[in-house]
Amino acid sequence: MITGFAITIVACAVLAAVWSFVLSARNREPSKALLGALAAVELLLVVQLIIGVVLLVGGERPGSIATYLAYLIGCLLVLPVGTVWALAERSRSSTAVLGITCVAIPVMVLRLNEVWNGATA
Amino acid sequence: MAQPPKTATGPGRVLVAVYAIFALAATSRAGVQIATKFHEAPVAYLLSALAAVIYVLATFALARSGETAWRIALAACAVELLGVLTIGTLSIFDSAAFPQATVWSVYGQGYLFIPLVLPVLGLLWLRRTAPRPQNPIDRPVG
Repeated sequence: MITGFAITIVACAVLAAVWSFVLSARNREPSKALLGALAAVELLLVVQLIIGVVLLVGGERPGSIATYLAYLIGCLLVLPVGTVWALAERSRSSTAVLGITCVAIPVMVLRLNEVWNGATA
Repeated sequence: MAQPPKTATGPGRVLVAVYAIFALAATSRAGVQIATKFHEAPVAYLLSALAAVIYVLATFALARSGETAWRIALAACAVELLGVLTIGTLSIFDSAAFPQATVWSVYGQGYLFIPLVLPVLGLLWLRRTAPRPQNPIDRPVG
């Protein structure tokens, strides 16, 4: 794991979350710009998956390979599923749902980092 | 004709999103615990799995509209509140039985106490969306 890259993802996801909650508080539906920001975070997560797999192939080992892969792949699913759920009914709540899904990303990336540094579960 | 309760609209959608994340987290955690070290603390890990099932159930029940879904959601949220209070208390006073953290250990401390707040919010939301007759005339008298 490249720590700097993980920190970048966490920072971007937190910014997107704050942006979502501000928009929701101002009674706005999700804007195209906000959805673009989420797409950017998702892209970073895909890059993280590629980096993670390359490091594994290169012989580095996390605390638990299964848990590591579960987090690596699992965190890719959160934003798309959350976005589908959010956009099924457009309101200020949709924007809050996007914020909630963004909050889940830093948590998962931090756990991923712990597993990479030797935690087993 | 009763109006079907709609739990998955407005703020309810945010609630479903939070529940879904906890369903994912609890299911994965319980899955890993049971698959890799079940023998270490079978009771704790089974309770962990029970928590996961309840989160999944609550997520789907809240995401659907209708009286049956509403009742299932009510049961799930009630059991969840009972569970987090029971396991939370047990994990403090009998920590030997819970060597590894579960979602409900110390009232969900490892999850920012969200597991403690979530069922309360769920129950409040269910009370607001409770099934009721469409107009007062339908209400049975006495």
